[in-house]
Amino acid sequence: MSAVVTSGVGKVFPTKDGDVVALTEVDLEVAEGEFVSLIGPSGCGKSTLLRLIADLDSASSGTLEVFGKTAHQARVDQDYGIAFQQAGLLPWRTVAGNIALPLELHGVAKAARAARVAELAALVGLTDFVDRYPDQLSGGMQQRVAIARALAEQPRLLLMDEPFGALDEMTREHLQTELARISAESGAAVVFVTHSIPEAVFLSDRVVVMSPRPGRITDIIEVTVDGARGEALRESPQYFERVTAVREALHGVPTERANER
Amino acid sequence: MTAALRYISPVIVGVLILALWVLVVDVLHAAPRALPSPVAVITEFWLRFGIILDDVQVTAANAVIGLLVGALAGILLAALAATARPIDGMLAPLVAALAVVPIVALTPIFNSMFGASSQFGRMAVAAIAAFVPVFVNVLRGLRQTRPVHRDLLRASGATGMQTFRVLTLPTALPYLMTGLRIASSVAVIAALVAEYFGGPADGIGTAIATYAKSGRASLAFAYVAGGIAIGLAFFLVTSLLERLVSRGRPV
Repeated sequence: MSAVVTSGVGKVFPTKDGDVVALTEVDLEVAEGEFVSLIGPSGCGKSTLLRLIADLDSASSGTLEVFGKTAHQARVDQDYGIAFQQAGLLPWRTVAGNIALPLELHGVAKAARAARVAELAALVGLTDFVDRYPDQLSGGMQQRVAIARALAEQPRLLLMDEPFGALDEMTREHLQTELARISAESGAAVVFVTHSIPEAVFLSDRVVVMSPRPGRITDIIEVTVDGARGEALRESPQYFERVTAVREALHGVPTERANER
Repeated sequence: MTAALRYISPVIVGVLILALWVLVVDVLHAAPRALPSPVAVITEFWLRFGIILDDVQVTAANAVIGLLVGALAGILLAALAATARPIDGMLAPLVAALAVVPIVALTPIFNSMFGASSQFGRMAVAAIAAFVPVFVNVLRGLRQTRPVHRDLLRASGATGMQTFRVLTLPTALPYLMTGLRIASSVAVIAALVAEYFGGPADGIGTAIATYAKSGRASLAFAYVAGGIAIGLAFFLVTSLLERLVSRGRPV
């Protein structure tokens, strides 16, 4: 069974100046355990598509299934975990309290909760910070807490909306490597929204290229990698070749390289 | 050094003002008759402590009851207004009207409505005065939840009640505390000033008015000190409450 299947999905936002078509005719299938990035310029509907999968908005047309259920049912059943561009931590809860939030909402017993929080804190490397409050953490650490929270209930699908978008380049690359490891370990499928080409290529099995007005899928680029995704990948010719392929798909024409000018 | 200075400097200012007061009144005899010496005020306060305390209790009780009733009404109505737009629409002009009415001016009307021997008019005035800041702040607080937090709770499949408990309430709590702190001083002022407009012959305000008119300025000032004590006590209690609530909370 696929993690996500969309067919002919569209989304129209009614506004004062008439309807805005955010998405049209989106057909996409995400296999279990697969890492798929959605990339495209602003307004291409990549975040909208993610919100439709998460049932935070509902599609205007087409059908959308998450593990064979409706998006609504999948949300109620907690089949996915989610992380946003803003970490969205509750400032009055400690790191442990924030990670435990989904567990708490679903009535997991206190002892089991504490054990799971310790496990997750170790996974994202924040064991020494569980008693801190969010405003005592750096942006990168806050985002790790958000990822730990998304993983709290061992979801088979992880939805991420530009989770590293507000971070500096060094932190960003570091967290990408960690996410590659975590997603490989957990075996969860990931739908990852980004506007960074290298980020998409580094993390994904497939990169879905989208285009605005109206938002739609224009290309899907496979990224096959031998072995684990680690720092070495960032310097391999294969990686650069895929980065170029995605860039050309985004811009529609082969890009002129500086040394060919 | 600087820490010590922070505590010492207000004390120095206080002592200087007292010294100036003694100088003008007792040494230079340059003050009008209505301004007594601080020594006389302290003496009166000491001698009449018993009756001052009785009146302090009356005024404080009126203020407390008014504050509790007003705050409770403010919280409940703000919660209603936050859940339903039409209710907000109905309440908004009412609250705006309450905020501009000189509330203590209603006291004579309340007194004739409920009888001159009843404390009810004074309590009602304190309640109305306390209601406005609590309502305004709580309503604002209930609307401060951030979209990312609402999305998160929806994505986590939280029920409406869970969302309220985990997100809406904790978000609104600091606003409630601010409202209560403002309301507590407003309630004391309202309860005290309401006494100037008649009603039973007890309470701090009544005593100040009576003794100021009959020329016993130092006793009137001693009662003012009693009024300050009530205000201070209210302020300290609500500040402590605010501390307790925001404990473990940064910012």
